[in-house]
Amino acid sequence: MAQDHAAPAQITPVAVRSGIDLQINGESYRHTGDPQMPLLWYLRDVLQLDGTKYAGEHGEGGADLVLVNGKASSAIGVPMSKLSGKKVVTVEGLADAKGALHPLQQAFIDEDAIGCGYCTPGWLIASMDLLNRHKDPSDGDINTLPNLCRCGCQTRVRAAIKRAAAAMKQGAKA
Amino acid sequence: MSGQTQLSRRRFLQVLAGTAGALIVGIRSAHAATTPQVPADMLGDNLSDLGLYVRIDQNGDVLIGARDPDTGTGVNTALPRIIADELDADWQRVRVLPLGLGVDNSNGHLHWLYGQQVGGTGNSIPRAWRDLRVAGALARWLLVQAAAQQLNLPAERLRTEKGVVIAPNGHRIGYGQLAAAAAKITPPTTPIPLKTPDHFSLIGQPAGDVDARGIVTGQTPYSLDQSFADAVVAVLAHSPWPDGQLDDLDKAPALAIKGVIDVIELKPDPKLQPGQTVIAPAVAVIAENTWAALQGRRALKLDWKAGASGSESTAALEQQATNLLNSDSAPTTRVRDDGDVDKAGHKAARRVEAMYYQPWLAHAASEPMNCLVRLDKTSAILFVPTQSPVQAWTIVQRLTGLPADQIDIRVSRVGGGYGRRLDHDYVAEAVLLAQAVNKPLRLFWPRDEDMTHDYYRSGTVHKFSAIVDAKRHIIAWNQRLASASALSGRGTPSDHLWTSEVGVNQLPAGFVPNYRSDWFSLASSLPRGPHRGMPETTNAFAVESFIDEIAHALKEDPLDTHLRLIGDPRLVPLQGGGAIDTARLANVLKLVADRINWKDWLHSINGLGLACWYMDGAYVAHAVEVSLQGNQLTIDRVVCAVDVGRVINPQGLEGQVAGATLDALSTALNLAITSKDGKVEQSSWKDYPLASMAQLPNKVEVITVPGEGDPTGASFIAMPSAVPALANAVFRVSAVRVRRLPLMKELLRML
Repeated sequence: MAQDHAAPAQITPVAVRSGIDLQINGESYRHTGDPQMPLLWYLRDVLQLDGTKYAGEHGEGGADLVLVNGKASSAIGVPMSKLSGKKVVTVEGLADAKGALHPLQQAFIDEDAIGCGYCTPGWLIASMDLLNRHKDPSDGDINTLPNLCRCGCQTRVRAAIKRAAAAMKQGAKA
Repeated sequence: MSGQTQLSRRRFLQVLAGTAGALIVGIRSAHAATTPQVPADMLGDNLSDLGLYVRIDQNGDVLIGARDPDTGTGVNTALPRIIADELDADWQRVRVLPLGLGVDNSNGHLHWLYGQQVGGTGNSIPRAWRDLRVAGALARWLLVQAAAQQLNLPAERLRTEKGVVIAPNGHRIGYGQLAAAAAKITPPTTPIPLKTPDHFSLIGQPAGDVDARGIVTGQTPYSLDQSFADAVVAVLAHSPWPDGQLDDLDKAPALAIKGVIDVIELKPDPKLQPGQTVIAPAVAVIAENTWAALQGRRALKLDWKAGASGSESTAALEQQATNLLNSDSAPTTRVRDDGDVDKAGHKAARRVEAMYYQPWLAHAASEPMNCLVRLDKTSAILFVPTQSPVQAWTIVQRLTGLPADQIDIRVSRVGGGYGRRLDHDYVAEAVLLAQAVNKPLRLFWPRDEDMTHDYYRSGTVHKFSAIVDAKRHIIAWNQRLASASALSGRGTPSDHLWTSEVGVNQLPAGFVPNYRSDWFSLASSLPRGPHRGMPETTNAFAVESFIDEIAHALKEDPLDTHLRLIGDPRLVPLQGGGAIDTARLANVLKLVADRINWKDWLHSINGLGLACWYMDGAYVAHAVEVSLQGNQLTIDRVVCAVDVGRVINPQGLEGQVAGATLDALSTALNLAITSKDGKVEQSSWKDYPLASMAQLPNKVEVITVPGEGDPTGASFIAMPSAVPALANAVFRVSAVRVRRLPLMKELLRML
């Protein structure tokens, strides 16, 4: 009982809580939970960053695509343990800090490349990856996109990618 | 302060003054008290309780309610624009508020504030055209009256435009400045005249989806994105057989997963119809988050025992259907019997026969089944991705016994419907589980549950025989169709089970003097339910392919065969009322033929095919051009012409037409649900592969016929004729007549 009032002989500093440090849409985060948790559930359940959608257990259809260090990756296929030091961009991170839309987002609006819209974030991410690799993507390049859409927005996505490529070229000249 | 004008027998338009001088026009039931029971100042916080349709704020902002679930059909845009046009609102100032289910329980009478709220069945626009315009017209009338009082001028001398009232001298008063005064004016008891079409400002003009910006920035929430802070997550493992039984369950490995809270069994209520109860026996893993629940489901050790359905297969069903159609058995229902098909046979000039086989199909909606529910002792709030909020409400009401107006059904934008969300098994599951754990709960179906536990579209077998006379007229047409009705077990009398499978007015009924349509019922344990574009899409594939076969038998251009069958401009009466305008049908067909250079049909190296269809007042035709290199099929061009009467939003219509065309093609190219030993064999989008970009055309060329008639629904009109046009083009390029879907599998088998 006397111990209750006695000063501790020694104060042990609590160890810095270890975790996985990563960047999401330019912000720093530390994940301290299950390292095997897929990125998708970290985004959706932990951060409530819901733009990235659940596609399927294997990411089929591509609604869960995000950019990891610039490369389109299925968020359900990447465990948090593999993301230490990585830069993740989700659909919420495509517009600039002031909210100005990326030309690709504007092109999706202008071409009405939206059905129900559930798979749209995945199309945007895959298209972004494509435009990073091909400034002027051919139809063949566009055909390599892995995304699926039940509403049938594919032709309008194709037009949107071409529109965005043209707009980005204009932007680069200006 | 308030007043009302009659809208229909039981519903009234209601005018109210809101907070800070806002004008609110809503709909309320006749049974409600004549004056609102809440202080006017509270109205701003309680808008949807009042059946809100229009709210005009003092700063000129306009809020318009959208009542029907938007599953990607564009009704969140189109319905508010119908109201905004009558209001002469400035669309740039309009914000759209998706309305949840509108329930009013005043004086013990249950009423639906917004009328029938259903999405994705093709009825939203026709219903809106009948009753929503008046909400905008009333608001405009009140604003004009207010301006007339203020200016001391007769109302007739004022006009309106883009959110302002304009006086003869050019003086302009914004709607916002008039809202407070307008709210105090008593509305007329007689109907307000609606605009004549020459005054439409928004109707007929293209508009982008109101949710587009939210969608491309990831901000538009779907039900799966809604949350209650303290909600647990439930993930289910259903029995592979609807009539299966749990044989063995070891909960321990699942409960050992960090974050797993409980494992709960669910069973269907055998007294209830499909779609109203749990779809199959299930074990639910309840966890603190989705990841833990998914891991828990994976860790479950459980075995299911098959019921009687364990011996069923889709292959055996198809064989049974084929035998039935080839036998002398009497049909389950003789759907239509014009003239005398048997007698016409005696003067046969030429007889053509064929059978067509189409597979079972799943809905495969992008957003899997889910439901977020919070139950309290006296109330419930649910976020439901539904096409029919009232059906969801019915289920919650039955399971909770809560007062009718204490069940708040909220509908976010929905990640695809296609008919799947007219059933609410997942709502029953969510409510039962929330009751069991006594916590707010999110039910979430992983993709494999979604694929293997659907209310599928039945596979079909068609057998046709036609007789063509010496003048190349089709004088007899005999259609025999076998399928498992989507209506079985749903309270439909047995002599009406055919209505989900075949149309009584289906082409070419009414165009052939001797016409018979027989339906043969198949029994199956696989759950079935409403499916986008059905029964039109399956029947159109068979009918329009068969007409192409007749043309080939006659060694003539199928456009000629079609136009001869359609005949001179006239009205062909429909059973049950209405008529097909043959001029409009021929017109859409000619439009697509012209656009695709049909004159090249005979000599083109590529294959050209066309087809047309009529459904629910709308006319549609497709022309398709394909090429074949080795066994690589390329769809080079697709043209679609639609005549839907008046077009509300041409951009929205074009999107729906292009989308439905691609959906139909994607389905026909690749998709089939098969079952073996009673179990569905497909479990993801990998083995139920929607078409890739490369398989689909680069463009769908849409031609919209301008129309003056009442608008028809458009969300699936482009489905029926797309696939036969493709199959007919494939025949031209490959000489392979595809009589079995999915097309690619059959084409590769036959090449």
